[in-house]
Amino acid sequence: MSAVPLLKVKDVSKFYGSRIGCRSVSFVLYPGEVLAVVGESGSGKTTLLSCLSTRLMPSSGIIEYHMRDGQYRDLAHMGEAERRFLMRTDWGFVHQNPADGLRMTVSAGANVGERLMAVGDRHYGNIRASASDWLRRVEIGEDRIDDQPRTFSGGMRQRLQIARNLVTSPRLVFMDEPTGGLDVSVQARLLDLVRGLVHDLGLAAVIVTHDLAVARLLSHRMMVMKDGTVIEQGLTDRVLDDPREPYTQLLVSSILQV
Amino acid sequence: MNDLATYNFAYLDEQTKRMIRRAILKAIAIPGYQVPFASREMPMPYGWGTGGVQVTASILGPNDVLKVIDQGADDTTNAVSIRAFFQKVANVAVTTKTKEATIIQTRHRIPEEPLRDGQTLVYQVPIPEPLRFLEPRETETRKMHALEEYGLMHVKLYEDIARNGHIATTYAYPVKVEGRYVMDPSPTPKFDNPKMHMSEALQLFGAGREKRIYAVPPHTEVVSLDFEDHPFEIQKFDKPCALCGAANVYLDEVVLDDKGGRMFVCSDTDHCEGRQAHGHAGPMLARPRHQCKEPAE
Ligand SMILES: Nc1ncnc2c1ncn2[C@@H]1O[C@H](COP(=O)(O)OP(=O)(O)OP(=O)(O)O)[C@@H](O)[C@H]1O
Ligand SMILES: [Mg+2]
Ligand SMILES: [Zn+2]
Repeated sequence: MSAVPLLKVKDVSKFYGSRIGCRSVSFVLYPGEVLAVVGESGSGKTTLLSCLSTRLMPSSGIIEYHMRDGQYRDLAHMGEAERRFLMRTDWGFVHQNPADGLRMTVSAGANVGERLMAVGDRHYGNIRASASDWLRRVEIGEDRIDDQPRTFSGGMRQRLQIARNLVTSPRLVFMDEPTGGLDVSVQARLLDLVRGLVHDLGLAAVIVTHDLAVARLLSHRMMVMKDGTVIEQGLTDRVLDDPREPYTQLLVSSILQV
Repeated sequence: MNDLATYNFAYLDEQTKRMIRRAILKAIAIPGYQVPFASREMPMPYGWGTGGVQVTASILGPNDVLKVIDQGADDTTNAVSIRAFFQKVANVAVTTKTKEATIIQTRHRIPEEPLRDGQTLVYQVPIPEPLRFLEPRETETRKMHALEEYGLMHVKLYEDIARNGHIATTYAYPVKVEGRYVMDPSPTPKFDNPKMHMSEALQLFGAGREKRIYAVPPHTEVVSLDFEDHPFEIQKFDKPCALCGAANVYLDEVVLDDKGGRMFVCSDTDHCEGRQAHGHAGPMLARPRHQCKEPAE
Protein backbone atom coordinates (compact mmCIF):
# COMPACT_ATOMS: atom_id res chain seq x y z
CA MET A 1 0.00 0.00 0.00
CA SER A 2 1.12 3.47 -0.91
CA ALA A 3 2.40 5.72 1.84
CA VAL A 4 0.01 8.57 0.97
CA PRO A 5 -3.58 8.32 2.20
CA LEU A 6 -6.38 8.62 -0.34
CA LEU A 7 -8.86 9.93 2.18
CA LYS A 8 -8.18 11.80 5.41
CA VAL A 9 -11.11 12.10 7.80
CA LYS A 10 -10.77 14.28 10.85
CA ASP A 11 -13.33 14.80 13.62
CA VAL A 12 -16.35 14.43 11.42
CA SER A 13 -19.69 14.91 13.14
CA LYS A 14 -23.19 15.11 11.80
CA PHE A 15 -26.19 16.19 13.84
CA TYR A 16 -29.78 16.00 12.73
CA GLY A 17 -31.03 18.87 14.83
CA SER A 18 -30.16 17.74 18.33
CA ARG A 19 -29.96 14.07 17.39
CA ILE A 20 -26.51 12.63 16.79
CA GLY A 21 -25.93 11.01 13.41
CA CYS A 22 -22.23 10.41 13.94
CA ARG A 23 -19.69 12.11 16.18
CA SER A 24 -15.96 12.86 15.99
CA VAL A 25 -15.05 10.19 13.48
CA SER A 26 -11.43 10.20 12.35
CA PHE A 27 -9.50 7.79 10.17
CA VAL A 28 -7.34 7.63 7.08
CA LEU A 29 -7.85 5.33 4.12
CA TYR A 30 -4.99 4.27 1.85
CA PRO A 31 -5.21 3.41 -1.82
CA GLY A 32 -6.29 -0.20 -2.24
CA GLU A 33 -7.49 -0.46 1.34
CA VAL A 34 -10.93 -1.74 2.26
CA LEU A 35 -12.53 -0.41 5.41
CA ALA A 36 -15.65 -2.00 6.85
CA VAL A 37 -17.95 0.08 9.03
CA VAL A 38 -20.02 -2.16 11.28
CA GLY A 39 -22.52 -1.57 14.04
CA GLU A 40 -26.12 -2.09 14.95
CA SER A 41 -29.04 -0.35 13.35
CA GLY A 42 -29.03 3.38 14.02
CA SER A 43 -25.37 3.47 15.01
CA GLY A 44 -24.54 6.03 12.32
CA LYS A 45 -23.02 3.94 9.52
CA THR A 46 -25.06 5.39 6.69
CA THR A 47 -24.71 8.89 8.08
CA LEU A 48 -20.94 8.55 8.07
CA LEU A 49 -20.89 7.09 4.56
CA SER A 50 -23.10 9.92 3.32
CA CYS A 51 -20.74 12.51 4.79
CA LEU A 52 -17.70 10.83 3.25
CA SER A 53 -19.30 10.63 -0.18
CA THR A 54 -20.52 14.27 -0.02
CA ARG A 55 -24.16 13.22 -0.10
CA LEU A 56 -24.50 14.93 3.27
CA MET A 57 -22.67 17.97 4.53
CA PRO A 58 -21.02 17.20 7.91
CA SER A 59 -21.89 19.53 10.78
CA SER A 60 -18.19 19.77 11.59
CA GLY A 61 -14.88 18.13 10.76
CA ILE A 62 -12.70 17.92 7.67
CA ILE A 63 -12.64 15.33 4.88
CA GLU A 64 -9.76 15.59 2.45
CA TYR A 65 -9.33 13.60 -0.73
CA HIS A 66 -6.11 13.01 -2.62
CA MET A 67 -6.94 14.11 -6.15
CA ARG A 68 -5.35 12.59 -9.23
CA ASP A 69 -3.28 15.72 -9.62
CA GLY A 70 -1.57 14.88 -6.31
CA GLN A 71 -3.26 17.62 -4.27
CA TYR A 72 -5.45 17.14 -1.23
CA ARG A 73 -8.80 18.85 -1.49
CA ASP A 74 -11.22 19.63 1.32
CA LEU A 75 -14.46 18.15 0.01
CA ALA A 76 -16.58 20.77 1.77
CA HIS A 77 -14.85 23.51 -0.20
CA MET A 78 -15.12 21.90 -3.58
CA GLY A 79 -17.48 23.39 -6.15
CA GLU A 80 -20.55 21.38 -6.98
CA ALA A 81 -19.55 20.76 -10.59
CA GLU A 82 -16.17 19.42 -9.56
CA ARG A 83 -17.66 17.30 -6.79
CA ARG A 84 -20.20 15.75 -9.10
CA PHE A 85 -17.49 15.09 -11.64
CA LEU A 86 -15.40 13.37 -8.98
CA MET A 87 -18.40 11.27 -7.96
CA ARG A 88 -18.92 9.88 -11.42
CA THR A 89 -15.31 9.39 -12.38
CA ASP A 90 -12.92 8.74 -9.51
CA TRP A 91 -15.57 7.46 -7.11
CA GLY A 92 -18.29 4.87 -7.10
CA PHE A 93 -21.34 4.49 -4.89
CA VAL A 94 -23.09 1.15 -4.57
CA HIS A 95 -26.53 1.46 -2.98
CA GLN A 96 -28.14 -1.25 -0.91
CA ASN A 97 -31.15 -1.12 -3.18
CA PRO A 98 -29.92 -1.46 -6.79
CA ALA A 99 -32.93 0.50 -8.05
CA ASP A 100 -31.47 3.56 -6.33
CA GLY A 101 -28.24 3.27 -8.27
CA LEU A 102 -29.48 2.06 -11.66
CA ARG A 103 -31.66 3.47 -14.38
CA MET A 104 -34.28 0.77 -14.41
CA THR A 105 -35.80 1.76 -17.76
CA VAL A 106 -32.67 1.77 -19.90
CA SER A 107 -30.70 -1.24 -21.03
CA ALA A 108 -27.88 -2.83 -19.04
CA GLY A 109 -25.44 -1.63 -21.72
CA ALA A 110 -26.57 1.98 -21.36
CA ASN A 111 -26.46 1.68 -17.57
CA VAL A 112 -22.81 0.71 -17.78
CA GLY A 113 -22.04 3.14 -20.59
CA GLU A 114 -23.62 6.18 -18.96
CA ARG A 115 -20.53 7.28 -17.07
CA LEU A 116 -18.42 6.95 -20.20
CA MET A 117 -20.85 9.15 -22.09
CA ALA A 118 -20.92 11.56 -19.16
CA VAL A 119 -17.18 12.11 -19.47
CA GLY A 120 -17.42 12.69 -23.19
CA ASP A 121 -17.04 9.31 -24.87
CA ARG A 122 -18.79 9.71 -28.22
CA HIS A 123 -18.01 6.45 -29.97
CA TYR A 124 -20.94 4.04 -29.78
CA GLY A 125 -18.89 0.99 -30.72
CA ASN A 126 -16.30 1.65 -28.02
CA ILE A 127 -18.92 2.35 -25.36
CA ARG A 128 -20.71 -0.86 -26.21
CA ALA A 129 -17.49 -2.85 -26.16
CA SER A 130 -16.67 -1.51 -22.69
CA ALA A 131 -20.17 -2.28 -21.47
CA SER A 132 -19.93 -5.77 -22.84
CA ASP A 133 -16.56 -6.29 -21.20
CA TRP A 134 -17.87 -5.09 -17.84
CA LEU A 135 -20.94 -7.28 -17.98
CA ARG A 136 -18.65 -10.23 -18.49
CA ARG A 137 -16.50 -9.18 -15.56
CA VAL A 138 -19.50 -9.07 -13.25
CA GLU A 139 -20.72 -12.41 -14.61
CA ILE A 140 -23.73 -11.14 -16.50
CA GLY A 141 -24.21 -12.80 -19.88
CA GLU A 142 -23.22 -10.46 -22.67
CA ASP A 143 -26.44 -11.45 -24.41
CA ARG A 144 -28.27 -9.50 -21.70
CA ILE A 145 -26.66 -6.21 -22.76
CA ASP A 146 -29.85 -4.85 -24.32
CA ASP A 147 -32.16 -6.00 -21.53
CA GLN A 148 -33.40 -3.61 -18.88
CA PRO A 149 -32.44 -4.27 -15.25
CA ARG A 150 -36.16 -4.66 -14.53
CA THR A 151 -35.79 -8.11 -16.01
CA PHE A 152 -32.78 -8.98 -13.81
CA SER A 153 -32.69 -10.84 -10.51
CA GLY A 154 -31.65 -8.99 -7.36
CA GLY A 155 -28.12 -10.38 -7.50
CA MET A 156 -27.74 -9.48 -11.17
CA ARG A 157 -28.97 -5.96 -10.51
CA GLN A 158 -26.42 -5.54 -7.77
CA ARG A 159 -23.65 -6.81 -10.06
CA LEU A 160 -24.84 -4.44 -12.78
CA GLN A 161 -24.73 -1.56 -10.33
CA ILE A 162 -21.15 -2.47 -9.53
CA ALA A 163 -20.18 -2.63 -13.20
CA ARG A 164 -21.82 0.75 -13.80
CA ASN A 165 -19.66 2.23 -11.07
CA LEU A 166 -16.39 0.64 -12.06
CA VAL A 167 -16.39 1.41 -15.77
CA THR A 168 -14.52 4.71 -15.28
CA SER A 169 -11.83 2.99 -13.15
CA PRO A 170 -12.58 4.82 -9.91
CA ARG A 171 -10.04 4.72 -7.10
CA LEU A 172 -12.57 4.79 -4.27
CA VAL A 173 -15.90 3.04 -3.93
CA PHE A 174 -18.51 3.49 -1.20
CA MET A 175 -20.90 0.64 -0.54
CA ASP A 176 -23.90 0.67 1.78
CA GLU A 177 -24.96 -2.87 2.69
CA PRO A 178 -24.14 -4.18 -0.79
CA THR A 179 -25.38 -7.66 0.05
CA GLY A 180 -28.40 -6.63 2.12
CA GLY A 181 -31.66 -7.99 0.85
CA LEU A 182 -30.05 -10.81 -1.12
CA ASP A 183 -30.38 -14.42 -0.10
CA VAL A 184 -27.42 -16.22 1.31
CA SER A 185 -26.13 -18.10 -1.74
CA VAL A 186 -26.49 -14.97 -3.89
CA GLN A 187 -24.68 -12.99 -1.21
CA ALA A 188 -21.76 -15.39 -1.23
CA ARG A 189 -21.31 -15.11 -4.97
CA LEU A 190 -21.51 -11.33 -4.87
CA LEU A 191 -18.98 -11.14 -2.08
CA ASP A 192 -16.55 -13.30 -4.03
CA LEU A 193 -17.01 -11.08 -7.02
CA VAL A 194 -16.51 -7.85 -5.05
CA ARG A 195 -13.45 -9.27 -3.37
CA GLY A 196 -11.95 -10.26 -6.72
CA LEU A 197 -12.64 -6.88 -8.31
CA VAL A 198 -11.37 -4.87 -5.38
CA HIS A 199 -8.19 -6.91 -5.43
CA ASP A 200 -7.67 -6.87 -9.20
CA LEU A 201 -8.38 -3.16 -9.56
CA GLY A 202 -6.57 -2.09 -6.40
CA LEU A 203 -9.72 -0.26 -5.29
CA ALA A 204 -10.05 1.49 -1.99
CA ALA A 205 -13.48 0.98 -0.48
CA VAL A 206 -15.59 1.93 2.50
CA ILE A 207 -18.19 -0.78 3.05
CA VAL A 208 -21.04 -0.35 5.48
CA THR A 209 -22.46 -3.58 6.80
CA HIS A 210 -23.98 -5.02 9.89
CA ASP A 211 -22.84 -8.46 8.81
CA LEU A 212 -19.49 -9.30 10.40
CA ALA A 213 -18.96 -12.09 7.89
CA VAL A 214 -19.00 -9.51 5.12
CA ALA A 215 -16.46 -7.43 7.01
CA ARG A 216 -14.27 -10.50 7.55
CA LEU A 217 -14.34 -11.47 3.90
CA LEU A 218 -13.86 -8.08 2.28
CA SER A 219 -12.09 -5.69 4.57
CA HIS A 220 -8.54 -5.09 5.73
CA ARG A 221 -9.60 -2.82 8.54
CA MET A 222 -12.82 -2.24 10.36
CA MET A 223 -14.51 0.35 12.53
CA VAL A 224 -17.18 -0.52 15.07
CA MET A 225 -19.79 2.17 15.65
CA LYS A 226 -22.22 2.60 18.48
CA ASP A 227 -24.54 5.53 19.09
CA GLY A 228 -22.79 7.57 16.43
CA THR A 229 -19.23 7.14 17.68
CA VAL A 230 -16.44 4.80 16.68
CA ILE A 231 -15.75 2.66 19.71
CA GLU A 232 -13.09 0.41 18.25
CA GLN A 233 -11.07 0.22 15.05
CA GLY A 234 -8.20 -1.87 13.82
CA LEU A 235 -7.18 -4.63 11.45
CA THR A 236 -10.23 -6.75 10.71
CA ASP A 237 -8.76 -10.03 11.91
CA ARG A 238 -7.57 -8.45 15.12
CA VAL A 239 -10.93 -6.82 15.90
CA LEU A 240 -12.88 -9.97 15.14
CA ASP A 241 -10.52 -12.43 16.82
CA ASP A 242 -9.48 -10.30 19.75
CA PRO A 243 -12.08 -7.58 20.36
CA ARG A 244 -11.06 -5.14 23.07
CA GLU A 245 -14.25 -3.26 23.77
CA PRO A 246 -16.99 -5.07 25.66
CA TYR A 247 -19.54 -3.96 23.06
CA THR A 248 -17.44 -5.41 20.24
CA GLN A 249 -17.06 -8.62 22.21
CA LEU A 250 -20.83 -8.80 22.48
CA LEU A 251 -21.25 -8.12 18.81
CA VAL A 252 -18.74 -10.77 17.83
CA SER A 253 -20.07 -13.40 20.18
CA SER A 254 -23.68 -12.84 19.16
CA ILE A 255 -22.66 -13.44 15.57
CA LEU A 256 -20.81 -16.59 16.50
CA GLN A 257 -23.87 -17.93 18.17
CA VAL A 258 -25.93 -17.60 15.01
CA MET B 1 -64.44 33.74 -28.96
CA ASN B 2 -67.15 36.40 -29.17
CA ASP B 3 -66.13 38.78 -26.41
CA LEU B 4 -62.55 38.97 -27.60
CA ALA B 5 -63.12 42.37 -29.19
CA THR B 6 -63.05 43.97 -25.75
CA TYR B 7 -59.55 42.71 -25.00
CA ASN B 8 -56.28 44.58 -25.33
CA PHE B 9 -54.32 44.50 -28.63
CA ALA B 10 -53.23 40.91 -29.22
CA TYR B 11 -55.39 39.72 -26.30
CA LEU B 12 -52.79 39.90 -23.49
CA ASP B 13 -52.67 42.96 -21.26
CA GLU B 14 -49.57 45.16 -21.53
CA GLN B 15 -48.18 44.09 -18.18
CA THR B 16 -48.29 40.44 -19.13
CA LYS B 17 -46.68 41.21 -22.46
CA ARG B 18 -43.87 43.08 -20.72
CA MET B 19 -43.31 40.12 -18.44
CA ILE B 20 -43.18 37.74 -21.41
CA ARG B 21 -40.91 40.09 -23.37
CA ARG B 22 -38.51 40.15 -20.45
CA ALA B 23 -38.45 36.36 -20.51
CA ILE B 24 -37.87 36.46 -24.27
CA LEU B 25 -34.99 38.92 -23.94
CA LYS B 26 -33.40 36.75 -21.30
CA ALA B 27 -33.87 33.70 -23.51
CA ILE B 28 -32.20 35.50 -26.41
CA ALA B 29 -29.31 36.51 -24.17
CA ILE B 30 -28.74 32.87 -23.12
CA PRO B 31 -29.35 30.85 -26.30
CA GLY B 32 -31.00 27.50 -25.61
CA TYR B 33 -31.65 28.18 -21.92
CA GLN B 34 -35.20 27.60 -20.69
CA VAL B 35 -36.51 30.73 -19.01
CA PRO B 36 -39.48 30.23 -16.67
CA PHE B 37 -42.38 32.60 -17.21
CA ALA B 38 -45.83 33.06 -15.69
CA SER B 39 -47.85 31.41 -18.42
CA ARG B 40 -51.39 32.78 -18.74
CA GLU B 41 -54.63 31.07 -19.51
CA MET B 42 -55.46 31.53 -23.15
CA PRO B 43 -58.89 31.09 -24.69
CA MET B 44 -57.84 27.73 -26.16
CA PRO B 45 -56.65 24.38 -24.79
CA TYR B 46 -52.95 23.77 -24.00
CA GLY B 47 -52.57 21.30 -26.84
CA TRP B 48 -53.24 24.18 -29.18
CA GLY B 49 -49.94 25.83 -28.54
CA THR B 50 -50.75 28.40 -25.89
CA GLY B 51 -47.02 28.93 -25.26
CA GLY B 52 -46.43 29.91 -28.87
CA VAL B 53 -49.57 32.02 -28.88
CA GLN B 54 -48.41 33.98 -25.84
CA VAL B 55 -44.99 34.59 -27.39
CA THR B 56 -46.57 35.74 -30.64
CA ALA B 57 -49.04 37.96 -28.77
CA SER B 58 -46.16 39.60 -26.93
CA ILE B 59 -44.02 40.41 -29.97
CA LEU B 60 -46.76 41.19 -32.44
CA GLY B 61 -47.09 44.79 -33.63
CA PRO B 62 -49.80 46.34 -35.84
CA ASN B 63 -47.51 46.29 -38.89
CA ASP B 64 -46.57 42.63 -38.62
CA VAL B 65 -47.64 40.06 -41.16
CA LEU B 66 -48.48 36.74 -39.55
CA LYS B 67 -48.29 33.24 -40.93
CA VAL B 68 -49.39 30.21 -38.92
CA ILE B 69 -48.54 26.65 -39.88
CA ASP B 70 -49.25 23.25 -38.45
CA GLN B 71 -47.44 20.25 -39.96
CA GLY B 72 -46.27 22.65 -42.67
CA ALA B 73 -49.81 23.52 -43.73
CA ASP B 74 -51.65 26.81 -43.31
CA ASP B 75 -55.10 25.31 -43.58
CA THR B 76 -55.34 22.84 -40.70
CA THR B 77 -57.87 23.55 -37.94
CA ASN B 78 -55.17 24.54 -35.47
CA ALA B 79 -53.44 26.94 -37.87
CA VAL B 80 -56.69 28.44 -39.11
CA SER B 81 -57.96 29.03 -35.56
CA ILE B 82 -54.77 30.68 -34.32
CA ARG B 83 -54.61 32.87 -37.41
CA ALA B 84 -58.25 33.87 -36.99
CA PHE B 85 -57.60 34.57 -33.31
CA PHE B 86 -54.87 37.09 -34.07
CA GLN B 87 -56.84 38.65 -36.89
CA LYS B 88 -59.60 39.22 -34.41
CA VAL B 89 -57.62 40.40 -31.37
CA ALA B 90 -54.85 42.30 -33.19
CA ASN B 91 -56.33 42.93 -36.60
CA VAL B 92 -52.95 42.13 -38.19
CA ALA B 93 -52.34 41.20 -41.78
CA VAL B 94 -52.04 37.48 -42.34
CA THR B 95 -50.45 35.51 -45.11
CA THR B 96 -49.70 31.96 -46.13
CA LYS B 97 -46.52 33.01 -47.93
CA THR B 98 -43.33 32.42 -46.00
CA LYS B 99 -41.58 35.26 -47.86
CA GLU B 100 -44.20 37.83 -46.85
CA ALA B 101 -44.47 36.94 -43.18
CA THR B 102 -42.64 38.82 -40.45
CA ILE B 103 -43.77 36.37 -37.77
CA ILE B 104 -44.40 32.70 -38.42
CA GLN B 105 -45.95 30.64 -35.68
CA THR B 106 -45.36 26.95 -36.18
CA ARG B 107 -46.07 23.53 -34.87
CA HIS B 108 -43.93 20.70 -36.31
CA ARG B 109 -42.17 22.37 -39.23
CA ILE B 110 -39.66 24.98 -40.30
CA PRO B 111 -40.57 26.38 -43.75
CA GLU B 112 -38.51 25.09 -46.66
CA GLU B 113 -37.81 28.60 -47.88
CA PRO B 114 -34.74 29.88 -45.98
CA LEU B 115 -35.83 32.46 -43.41
CA ARG B 116 -34.22 35.83 -43.57
CA ASP B 117 -33.10 38.65 -41.36
CA GLY B 118 -36.06 40.35 -39.70
CA GLN B 119 -38.30 37.28 -39.60
CA THR B 120 -39.23 35.54 -36.35
CA LEU B 121 -40.20 31.91 -36.09
CA VAL B 122 -42.32 31.10 -33.04
CA TYR B 123 -42.51 27.41 -32.08
CA GLN B 124 -45.32 25.86 -30.09
CA VAL B 125 -43.61 23.50 -27.66
CA PRO B 126 -45.34 20.76 -25.68
CA ILE B 127 -42.35 19.49 -23.61
CA PRO B 128 -39.37 21.84 -23.44
CA GLU B 129 -37.08 19.67 -21.32
CA PRO B 130 -34.90 17.35 -23.42
CA LEU B 131 -33.68 15.47 -20.34
CA ARG B 132 -37.18 14.80 -19.03
CA PHE B 133 -37.69 11.32 -20.46
CA LEU B 134 -34.81 9.86 -18.41
CA GLU B 135 -34.75 12.22 -15.47
CA PRO B 136 -38.20 13.18 -14.23
CA ARG B 137 -36.93 15.32 -11.34
CA GLU B 138 -37.01 18.99 -12.28
CA THR B 139 -34.42 19.91 -9.62
CA GLU B 140 -32.03 17.39 -11.12
CA THR B 141 -32.51 18.42 -14.78
CA ARG B 142 -31.96 22.04 -13.82
CA LYS B 143 -28.71 21.09 -12.13
CA MET B 144 -27.67 19.08 -15.19
CA HIS B 145 -28.17 22.11 -17.42
CA ALA B 146 -26.38 24.38 -14.97
CA LEU B 147 -23.39 22.05 -14.73
CA GLU B 148 -23.48 21.05 -18.41
CA GLU B 149 -23.97 17.40 -17.51
CA TYR B 150 -25.43 16.09 -20.72
CA GLY B 151 -24.31 12.46 -20.71
CA LEU B 152 -27.94 11.39 -20.41
CA MET B 153 -28.76 12.71 -23.87
CA HIS B 154 -26.29 10.28 -25.31
CA VAL B 155 -27.74 7.50 -23.18
CA LYS B 156 -30.96 8.04 -25.07
CA LEU B 157 -29.20 7.97 -28.44
CA TYR B 158 -27.28 4.86 -27.31
CA GLU B 159 -30.59 3.15 -26.51
CA ASP B 160 -31.87 4.09 -29.93
CA ILE B 161 -28.94 2.49 -31.69
CA ALA B 162 -28.96 -0.58 -29.42
CA ARG B 163 -32.63 -1.14 -30.20
CA ASN B 164 -32.81 -0.16 -33.86
CA GLY B 165 -29.29 -0.36 -35.20
CA HIS B 166 -29.34 3.36 -35.91
CA ILE B 167 -30.50 6.56 -34.25
CA ALA B 168 -34.24 6.19 -34.67
CA THR B 169 -35.24 9.49 -33.11
CA THR B 170 -36.84 11.40 -35.95
CA TYR B 171 -38.73 14.13 -34.10
CA ALA B 172 -37.66 16.45 -31.30
CA TYR B 173 -34.08 15.47 -32.03
CA PRO B 174 -31.86 17.11 -29.38
CA VAL B 175 -29.43 19.86 -30.33
CA LYS B 176 -26.65 21.75 -28.60
CA VAL B 177 -26.96 25.50 -28.92
CA GLU B 178 -23.88 27.69 -29.23
CA GLY B 179 -21.80 24.92 -27.66
CA ARG B 180 -23.58 25.23 -24.34
CA TYR B 181 -27.23 24.32 -23.69
CA VAL B 182 -28.85 21.15 -24.93
CA MET B 183 -32.27 22.00 -26.31
CA ASP B 184 -35.35 20.22 -27.56
CA PRO B 185 -36.29 21.72 -30.92
CA SER B 186 -39.95 20.82 -30.23
CA PRO B 187 -41.71 18.17 -32.33
CA THR B 188 -40.17 19.25 -35.61
CA PRO B 189 -38.71 16.46 -37.73
CA LYS B 190 -34.94 16.16 -37.51
CA PHE B 191 -35.03 17.00 -41.22
CA ASP B 192 -35.46 20.62 -40.10
CA ASN B 193 -32.62 20.65 -37.55
CA PRO B 194 -29.99 21.93 -40.01
CA LYS B 195 -32.26 24.88 -40.81
CA MET B 196 -31.94 26.08 -37.23
CA HIS B 197 -28.17 26.32 -37.55
CA MET B 198 -26.94 29.85 -38.32
CA SER B 199 -30.44 30.90 -39.32
CA GLU B 200 -30.85 34.58 -40.16
CA ALA B 201 -34.21 34.59 -38.39
CA LEU B 202 -34.89 34.84 -34.68
CA GLN B 203 -36.31 31.57 -33.31
CA LEU B 204 -38.49 31.69 -30.19
CA PHE B 205 -39.95 28.69 -28.38
CA GLY B 206 -42.96 28.87 -26.08
CA ALA B 207 -44.22 26.07 -23.84
CA GLY B 208 -47.51 27.10 -22.25
CA ARG B 209 -48.31 24.23 -19.93
CA GLU B 210 -44.68 23.90 -18.80
CA LYS B 211 -44.24 27.68 -18.53
CA ARG B 212 -40.93 27.96 -20.37
CA ILE B 213 -39.57 30.19 -23.11
CA TYR B 214 -36.29 29.64 -24.92
CA ALA B 215 -34.65 31.13 -27.96
CA VAL B 216 -32.10 30.76 -30.70
CA PRO B 217 -30.97 34.21 -31.84
CA PRO B 218 -29.97 34.78 -35.47
CA HIS B 219 -26.59 33.37 -36.57
CA THR B 220 -26.37 30.88 -33.71
CA GLU B 221 -24.65 27.52 -33.88
CA VAL B 222 -27.13 24.66 -33.53
CA VAL B 223 -25.59 21.19 -33.62
CA SER B 224 -27.53 17.92 -33.55
CA LEU B 225 -26.12 15.42 -31.03
CA ASP B 226 -24.70 12.17 -32.35
CA PHE B 227 -21.92 9.59 -32.07
CA GLU B 228 -18.69 9.58 -34.06
CA ASP B 229 -19.61 6.22 -35.56
CA HIS B 230 -23.33 7.09 -35.93
CA PRO B 231 -23.31 10.65 -37.25
CA PHE B 232 -26.48 12.74 -37.41
CA GLU B 233 -28.39 12.32 -40.65
CA ILE B 234 -31.60 13.85 -41.90
CA GLN B 235 -34.43 11.85 -43.42
CA LYS B 236 -34.00 11.15 -47.12
CA PHE B 237 -36.84 10.70 -49.57
CA ASP B 238 -36.20 8.60 -52.64
CA LYS B 239 -38.68 10.49 -54.82
CA PRO B 240 -39.36 14.18 -55.34
CA CYS B 241 -42.70 15.79 -54.44
CA ALA B 242 -45.44 14.28 -56.59
CA LEU B 243 -47.02 17.68 -57.18
CA CYS B 244 -44.17 20.16 -57.60
CA GLY B 245 -41.18 17.90 -58.23
CA ALA B 246 -39.16 19.42 -55.37
CA ALA B 247 -36.27 17.31 -54.12
CA ASN B 248 -34.58 17.77 -50.72
CA VAL B 249 -37.79 18.85 -49.02
CA TYR B 250 -39.79 17.15 -46.30
CA LEU B 251 -42.58 15.02 -47.75
CA ASP B 252 -45.84 13.80 -46.28
CA GLU B 253 -47.54 10.65 -47.42
CA VAL B 254 -51.00 11.17 -48.84
CA VAL B 255 -53.35 8.25 -49.32
CA LEU B 256 -55.18 8.54 -52.62
CA ASP B 257 -57.73 5.75 -52.52
CA ASP B 258 -58.63 2.60 -50.65
CA LYS B 259 -56.63 0.42 -53.05
CA GLY B 260 -53.29 1.39 -51.54
CA GLY B 261 -52.71 4.30 -53.92
CA ARG B 262 -50.51 6.95 -52.31
CA MET B 263 -48.23 9.80 -53.13
CA PHE B 264 -45.58 11.86 -51.37
CA VAL B 265 -46.02 15.60 -51.40
CA CYS B 266 -44.40 18.62 -49.77
CA SER B 267 -45.46 19.03 -46.16
CA ASP B 268 -44.84 22.77 -46.63
CA THR B 269 -47.95 23.64 -48.67
CA ASP B 270 -46.86 27.21 -49.38
CA HIS B 271 -43.58 25.99 -50.81
CA CYS B 272 -45.38 23.44 -52.98
CA GLU B 273 -47.96 25.89 -54.29
CA GLY B 274 -45.30 28.48 -54.97
CA ARG B 275 -43.31 26.04 -57.06
CA GLN B 276 -46.39 24.90 -58.98
CA ALA B 277 -47.26 28.53 -59.69
CA HIS B 278 -43.78 28.89 -61.18
CA GLY B 279 -44.44 26.00 -63.52
CA HIS B 280 -42.79 23.14 -61.64
CA ALA B 281 -44.68 19.88 -61.86
CA GLY B 282 -44.09 16.56 -60.15
CA PRO B 283 -44.85 13.15 -61.66
CA MET B 284 -48.46 13.28 -60.46
CA LEU B 285 -49.22 16.50 -62.28
CA ALA B 286 -46.97 15.91 -65.28
CA ARG B 287 -48.98 12.86 -66.27
CA PRO B 288 -52.56 12.99 -67.48
CA ARG B 289 -54.96 12.77 -64.55
CA HIS B 290 -56.71 9.51 -65.46
CA GLN B 291 -53.44 7.58 -65.39
CA CYS B 292 -52.83 8.61 -61.83
CA LYS B 293 -56.22 7.55 -60.64
CA GLU B 294 -56.00 4.11 -62.14
CA PRO B 295 -52.40 2.98 -62.13
CA ALA B 296 -51.47 0.33 -64.67
CA GLU B 297 -51.85 -3.19 -63.31
N1 LIG C 1 -32.51 12.19 7.82
C1 LIG C 1 -32.44 12.02 9.16
N2 LIG C 1 -33.05 12.87 9.98
C2 LIG C 1 -32.98 12.72 11.31
N3 LIG C 1 -32.31 11.74 11.91
C3 LIG C 1 -31.67 10.85 11.14
C4 LIG C 1 -31.70 10.94 9.72
N4 LIG C 1 -30.98 9.92 9.19
C5 LIG C 1 -30.53 9.23 10.26
N5 LIG C 1 -30.94 9.77 11.42
C6 LIG C 1 -30.61 9.32 12.77
O1 LIG C 1 -29.20 9.24 12.88
C7 LIG C 1 -28.81 8.07 13.58
C8 LIG C 1 -27.90 7.22 12.71
O2 LIG C 1 -28.66 6.77 11.59
P1 LIG C 1 -28.00 5.98 10.38
O3 LIG C 1 -29.02 5.86 9.29
O4 LIG C 1 -26.73 6.61 10.03
O5 LIG C 1 -27.73 4.55 11.03
P2 LIG C 1 -27.24 3.17 10.37
O6 LIG C 1 -26.11 2.73 11.22
O7 LIG C 1 -26.99 3.35 8.93
O8 LIG C 1 -28.50 2.23 10.62
P3 LIG C 1 -29.05 0.99 9.73
O9 LIG C 1 -28.16 -0.17 10.02
O10 LIG C 1 -30.42 0.78 10.28
O11 LIG C 1 -29.05 1.43 8.31
C9 LIG C 1 -30.11 7.38 13.99
O12 LIG C 1 -30.44 7.80 15.28
C10 LIG C 1 -31.11 7.92 13.01
O13 LIG C 1 -32.40 7.94 13.59
MG1 LIG D 1 -27.86 2.46 7.14
ZN1 LIG E 1 -44.30 19.98 -53.57
